[in-house]
Amino acid sequence: MTTTEHTESAVHAGAPLRPASGHSIFAGRQEGIPVVFEKSVKGRRAGKVPALDVPTVDLDEIIPAGERRHELPLPELSELDVVRHFTRLSKRNYSIESEFYPLGSCTMKYNPKIDENVAALPGFRNLHPLQPASTVQGALQVIYDIQRQLAEITGLPGVSTQPVAGAHGELTGILMVRAAHLKQGRMRRKVLIPDSAHGTNPATAAMAGYESITIGHDRITGELDFEDFKSKLDDDCAAIMITLPNTLGLFERRIEEICRLAHEVGCFVYCDGANLNALVGQIRPGDLGVDLLHVNLHKTFAVPHGGGGPGGGAICVAAALEPFLPAPLVVQAHDGSFAYDADRPDSIGRVHSYQGNFNAILRSYAYILQLGKEGLGDLGANAVLNANYMRALLADDFSFYVDRICMHEFVLDGRPFKEFGVRTLDIAKRLIDHGYHPPTIYFPLIAPEAIMIEPTETESKETMDAFANALIAVAHEARTTPSVVQNAPHMTPVGRLDEVRAARQPDLRWQAPVS
Amino acid sequence: MSGFISTTPAQRDAMLSRIGVSTIDQLFEDLPSEHYRPDLDLPAGLSELETWQLLRKLSETNFDLERHPSFLGAGAYRHFVPAAIGHLISRGEFLTSYTPYQPEVSQGTLQAVYEWQSIVCALTGMDISNASVYDAGTGTGEAARMACALTRRRRVLVLDTVNPRYREVLATYASGPDIDVETVSAFTARPDGTLGRMTDFSSKIDDSVACMIIQQPNFLGWMEQVEGLSEALASVGAILVVIADPVSLGVIRPPGAYGAGIVVGEGKWTGGPVDFGGPLVGMFACRKDFVRQMPGRIVGSTIDGDGRKGYVLTLATREQHIRREKATSNICTAEALIALATTIYFCHLGPVGLREVAEQSIQKAHYLASRISQLPGYTVQSTVPWLYEFPVHCPKPASHVNEALLRAGIIGGYDLGLEDPTLAHSLLLCCTEVTPRSDIDRLVDVLGSL
Repeated sequence: MTTTEHTESAVHAGAPLRPASGHSIFAGRQEGIPVVFEKSVKGRRAGKVPALDVPTVDLDEIIPAGERRHELPLPELSELDVVRHFTRLSKRNYSIESEFYPLGSCTMKYNPKIDENVAALPGFRNLHPLQPASTVQGALQVIYDIQRQLAEITGLPGVSTQPVAGAHGELTGILMVRAAHLKQGRMRRKVLIPDSAHGTNPATAAMAGYESITIGHDRITGELDFEDFKSKLDDDCAAIMITLPNTLGLFERRIEEICRLAHEVGCFVYCDGANLNALVGQIRPGDLGVDLLHVNLHKTFAVPHGGGGPGGGAICVAAALEPFLPAPLVVQAHDGSFAYDADRPDSIGRVHSYQGNFNAILRSYAYILQLGKEGLGDLGANAVLNANYMRALLADDFSFYVDRICMHEFVLDGRPFKEFGVRTLDIAKRLIDHGYHPPTIYFPLIAPEAIMIEPTETESKETMDAFANALIAVAHEARTTPSVVQNAPHMTPVGRLDEVRAARQPDLRWQAPVS
Repeated sequence: MSGFISTTPAQRDAMLSRIGVSTIDQLFEDLPSEHYRPDLDLPAGLSELETWQLLRKLSETNFDLERHPSFLGAGAYRHFVPAAIGHLISRGEFLTSYTPYQPEVSQGTLQAVYEWQSIVCALTGMDISNASVYDAGTGTGEAARMACALTRRRRVLVLDTVNPRYREVLATYASGPDIDVETVSAFTARPDGTLGRMTDFSSKIDDSVACMIIQQPNFLGWMEQVEGLSEALASVGAILVVIADPVSLGVIRPPGAYGAGIVVGEGKWTGGPVDFGGPLVGMFACRKDFVRQMPGRIVGSTIDGDGRKGYVLTLATREQHIRREKATSNICTAEALIALATTIYFCHLGPVGLREVAEQSIQKAHYLASRISQLPGYTVQSTVPWLYEFPVHCPKPASHVNEALLRAGIIGGYDLGLEDPTLAHSLLLCCTEVTPRSDIDRLVDVLGSL
């Protein structure tokens, strides 16, 4: 369907436009799927346990009378009930396997299927985390190897894979900063954070006991306000948390100077690795003076996002900070075998019950092995190529918050549509009718009405051309038939949901109707 | 082009031309040129076939627990996972979707999270659940922070019968905000080497305490004496935090029934293989009036403009993307896919299936205990109620016993001497419904021969 056809059909508010790929989430309003509890039929069940093969004792002799449970309100279903219910739920989801997912700052790239098979190998799945090291040498080698790969890719030699999410890596890193300052005998009180940062940065600083000091940004370059940074930097600053490239998708050109000035007053430089995809194979943050960086394994490498986890948030640090890494680390002995090193007196301690999200580490390890040196270089290069190409396609119809060559993502300015009564939220919802998950919206907070687009390196030119056409069509609709846009989406199973009601009258769980 | 890039050289040139540059390098001119394009010390990429062969071979060097008897629990338990679960969570629509920020195209994930929250509440007897935290260890740390925020106090009591790994994570989480964590003895080693339970903590409880953290059943597999505990804590304005094993909740009363304010649990073992300890999924539930201090995502039911029911992420004003440094936690989404697996597990088992899994685990472990107690030199604790895990006092150091078992092809138990040198002869053994009697009998034979 061409852009013109889109525009014409859009005039008929609510009329079907295009059920993209025939996907049922674009097929119009649908009946709700009952909550799984509502399908329960007393006495129904899905499976059975084998007959007990040991002599039994009366449970009343084992569990004190007052501690026995008499009622367990779980649903009672057949296996077919279960399979059909969750299959139906799955069909109410947008996913990267059927559609393009241009969410800025989320790096929704394609993850190869071989990684799923590797992660499903019984010799990796059926390992108890406390088995003797001698019985899990293969698993420890995976962790050891990825520690070294990540060190090489980031230029930061100390690596722990314990953190299981980006925010978790941040907390680990800032607690290490705290431990390093305490070791030097003085607790510093402040962490500097640019106003373009992810909300996790100030939340992390607070969790680690620090006061967040906000640094402004330069409205023209989109980079951190260097004078503001200099005026706020002093020897009470424990760290500066900086995102590279920043959340406008721009490289901080004065990063080396920032690192030098911070180091002069003993302030560490923490790099939020959320946007590392742009830099892989192009530059190593450690070479620029960065002291700590977390790697979102699920963004930069290969872990499917799973509707919100599991991911991985490995922390990589400069040599001076290695003693503070979470314990234990996986090390290689002189005889070539792998072992846990728990004897780390300066370690901040454990941040996860075991060794982090091993299954996610394994997928990323397989991905890095497959890409190799050359593939890693192509990764960052193509992420940036695709973003700039998309940017060029949209340049005639949209304005940019900052107008210059970007890295892996860029931010559109939704404000010009306000004169038609259309907000960024409306544009996002209308894009759904055209068959696309919207980009990230209203982030970064410094860019009003932000629309943040990140195509990733795995998408093709054709996909980007089609998406740009759809977004341009929505822009046209916003100018010509704003009500269609304001009331979107029309093609989804449900319309816009009442979020105020959800928060004011919280209904957070199913409860049996009172009979 | 290598890797997973679909752009052909001709397309690349067309794209560069559209951008208005002639090389990709021109897109990177903002980067310091002396560090641009480092010569990475990494090997060339492998084909899919080579990757598969390499990793399959590596996996085979590990001691796969489906092929060896194992009695190791200590917080990580093997349960049978119905085949339907793996198939359902492998569906691309669940596996490759993002956090449900756009509810109109994410109702599947959102409703599944609402169902998870409902199941966690049903199991624990609590009012409210979030969408999950990373694991029970970090959940314990979050619970301590939450209790301190609710009570405006800084002192946290934790029993020494709580999983030592959870206590280590708690200590890490407490270090930032300067929470004072005090470990309280809940067991004692008797002169004969066996262990006894302590149940009176009243001397520790005063109005400086934010919460007391207990685990039920505890790390030793025993049931803690919970009667009166929440009342004692409530009388000084403190909160009872319970770490619960969901399988046990098939047969013992839920923490909500004995006054827990916050409940944490590890949901991984009921829905997936042990996976070398990750990814896990933390259950996190609390009383209704605590919801504004809850960390993590929460899904709620609401309606659209036509009154159609739907689900959204809600109560976001607690969260980092809105509240930044004033957020209840920095956590974003956590372990959605693992939470989904666990949700499906409980739907598949239902109340009867879960009770049977718990009962079989209990019966097998008690059979093992009765067999071991007949072996000369071995002593099994018998006065404290316990479920599917128990400490055995061995005639030799537990580390030696484990080594001997490994030589016989058996993964033994957890050597409690690793936690406390005075417990060097204590071995923590566990059974679940997947432990066949033949494995139990073989273990007893080998133990008897040492």
